[in-house]
Amino acid sequence: MIIERNEELEVRTSTDVARVRQVVRAWSVEVGFSLVDQTKMVTAASELARNTLEHGGGGTATVLLLAEPGRRGVRLVCRDEGPGIADVATALRDGYSTGTGLGLGLGGARRLVNEFAIESQKGAGTTVTITRWK
Amino acid sequence: MERIPILKMGQLLLVTIQVDMHDQLALTLQEDLTERISLTGAKGVLIDISSLEVVDSFIGRMLANIAGMARVLDAETVVVGMQPAVAITLVELGLSLPGVRTALNVERGMAFLHGAVDHRLGGPADDHRAE
Repeated sequence: MIIERNEELEVRTSTDVARVRQVVRAWSVEVGFSLVDQTKMVTAASELARNTLEHGGGGTATVLLLAEPGRRGVRLVCRDEGPGIADVATALRDGYSTGTGLGLGLGGARRLVNEFAIESQKGAGTTVTITRWK
Repeated sequence: MERIPILKMGQLLLVTIQVDMHDQLALTLQEDLTERISLTGAKGVLIDISSLEVVDSFIGRMLANIAGMARVLDAETVVVGMQPAVAITLVELGLSLPGVRTALNVERGMAFLHGAVDHRLGGPADDHRAE
């Protein structure tokens, strides 16, 4: 797998979350995603970037343009150094929320992409990686 | 401060969201709308989201909140013009906007609101329909 390009964005305000959406959208268009696939990837990116802001206390979102023989894709890595998630399995369940949200963010985002990975430790931050392939 | 304009037309309030809404803007809209309903005594709110390319769980919750708050203030809300790709994504995300009345386009949304307002006033439901 080759990383054709990557861009790291700060996630400190809700305007930064909108910026993550814009970059993911632009790169999804570039890779040639259908409109539905673009929308799914951008929506998942929006959920994760907001989690980084609200639950992680801010962090970074790195957008990557990937290439493999026969396919290209867009990856987003959201990283924070917040309180972490004690029980990842529970956090992925629909309806589970520690905040004021609907609890659809993590589990919902997972359904919108091809690959989903989460690494988290209580007290040591959270990293969520999503990838969608053309 | 950045704001989404709210237009008043008779007993209705109209909002067209034409920007990529960041969260603070959405919260401001929620507050502005409830204030305007209370000030004007509007009976209906139409929110046009045909330009919105993303409706995530936050925006979904905001739409549900507006509908709920409007109801408490004696006004009906209808959300119109959702793009097909947004609808597909919303449902896959697990969000079906419970409690939010939707219509395919502005025309149908207006017809619904006029019907709802007339019904509340006890008049005939069809007099002011757009269709």
